[in-house]
Amino acid sequence: MEDNTIICRCEDIALEELRDLIKEGYTTLDEIKRMTRLGMGPCRGNICLELAAREICKLTDKSMEDIKMPTNRPPLSGIKLGELAGDNDEK
Amino acid sequence: MMKNNAEIVIIGGGVIGASIAYNLADKGMKDIVVLEKNYIASGSTGSCGAGIRQQWGTEMNCLLSKRSMEIFENMNDILGTKKDIELKQGGYLLLAYSKEELNQFKENIKLQHSLDIPSRLLTVKEAKEIVPQLNTEGITGAAYCPTDGHANPFRVTDAYVESAKRKGVKFYTYTKAEDIVTKNGQVQKVVTDKGDINTNRVVNAAGGFSKEVSKMAGIDIPTKSERHEILVTEQVNPILKPMVMSFSYNIYCQQTPDGSFIMGYGDPDEPESHNIKSSWQFLEEMSKKATNLLPFLKNLRVLRQWAGLYNVTPDAQPIIEESSKIDGFFMAVGFSGHGFMIAPMTGILMAEMITGEDLSLDIKLDLERFEKGRLILEPSVV
Repeated sequence: MEDNTIICRCEDIALEELRDLIKEGYTTLDEIKRMTRLGMGPCRGNICLELAAREICKLTDKSMEDIKMPTNRPPLSGIKLGELAGDNDEK
Repeated sequence: MMKNNAEIVIIGGGVIGASIAYNLADKGMKDIVVLEKNYIASGSTGSCGAGIRQQWGTEMNCLLSKRSMEIFENMNDILGTKKDIELKQGGYLLLAYSKEELNQFKENIKLQHSLDIPSRLLTVKEAKEIVPQLNTEGITGAAYCPTDGHANPFRVTDAYVESAKRKGVKFYTYTKAEDIVTKNGQVQKVVTDKGDINTNRVVNAAGGFSKEVSKMAGIDIPTKSERHEILVTEQVNPILKPMVMSFSYNIYCQQTPDGSFIMGYGDPDEPESHNIKSSWQFLEEMSKKATNLLPFLKNLRVLRQWAGLYNVTPDAQPIIEESSKIDGFFMAVGFSGHGFMIAPMTGILMAEMITGEDLSLDIKLDLERFEKGRLILEPSVV
C-alpha cells in the first residue's frame, strides 16, 4: 500500500503517519490509538485496527498473535444522549 | 537488557512519573529508570477528563495549577518537542446553584486575584453570553477563568517521555515492580518481573496503585482508589468553548479540540476498588444530567464510555514527600482527580525535593498531616 493511503477513515490518518509511529517505537495498538486517535471514530476501529495490526507485523518482528486488540468499550454502537436520557421525541 | 543499577527508580509511567523523570534528568541526574507495568499513560493519566483549571480555593492549589498552566502554555519550547499537546484555553465556567456556593466563588476569586489568576464572577446573564445553550434554571451565578482549559494527556505524557529519553532516562514499559527491598530503613533494591534493579532511591508515582507500592516499602498510606466513569461523544464543529462544571450539580463537560464532548460526574457512593468497568447506570444518569444542563447534547451520539481511578486521600490533596520512615522512598501520589493539571509543577517540586534543593513553591503535602489531623481544607474539589 502507498504511504498516502488513508488507513483510518474516521480520523483521516494516512498510512505514512502510522508507519512513522511504528518506526518511532509505538508498536502496540493501544499506544497507536492513543497517539493518533486511530480506531476512536464512529466505526469503532472496525476497519482500521486490523489493518494497523498487519502494518505493525510488517515493520516489526511481531506476529498477529502477539498483537493485542484494544479493549472494546460500550456502547456497541453510537446512541444519542437524548435517547439514553429517556427523551423520545426527536426534535 | 534491563539495567540492574540505577540512581533512582520511578514506579509509574503516567504523567506524574514522566514529569518527575524529565525534571530530574534536566537537573543532570543520570541513571534514571521509570517502570510502567503497562504502556505509557495507561492508567489514571490516560483515563482522565483532561481539564486544566486554576480556579481553586487554597493558595497552594492556585499556585500549583497556575505555574503548571504556564508550563503547558510553553511546553513545546520547554521540552524541545514539536509534538502538539492539543492545548485549548477555552476557560472553565463554574456554575453556582445557591447563595452559599456563589459566596464561596467570591472568596476564591479574591484569593485567585491576589495570585494573578484572571478569574471573574459572572451573573447568570453573563454566563449565558459565554455559553448561549446553557439551561440556567437554578443557577445563581458563575465563576469563569478564560485561561483554564484542556490538553491531551497522552500527548503531554509522551512529550515528557520523549524529552526525558533524550536526556538518557530509561523507560521500561510492560515491566511491573513487584517489591521494594529495604535494609536498616534505607531503600536497597526494586524487584520487577523482568529482574532486579539496585537503587537507593525509589519514587512511588503509581497512581491508582499508590497504596500497594507504598506497602512494598512497608509504609501504610491512607489513599484509596475509586472508579470515576466518563464518556465521549461523536465529533462535531466547535460549539462549546469552556469546560462547564458544577460542584453542586456534580458534572463536568467540555468539547475537546477534536470536536468530541467529554463528560463525567462523581458518584458519592462509589466504593473503594480497582474496578474500571463501565456501567449502564452511569450512561443513564450522565445523559440526564448533561442534556438537562446543555439541551443541544440530546442529538449527539455517545461513542464510548470508560473509567479510570481517582486515587483519593482524606483531604483530597496529594501526598508529595520523602518518607520519614524509609530513607530514599519518595511519594507523589493521591492526586484525588486533579493530578494531570498539576503534573508539570509536581515534577519540578519532586525533582527539587529528591536532589535536596529548596522547593520553588512553599508547599507541605506530607503524610504526617493525616496523623496530626492537619487536613488541608480545599473547598473546590470534585
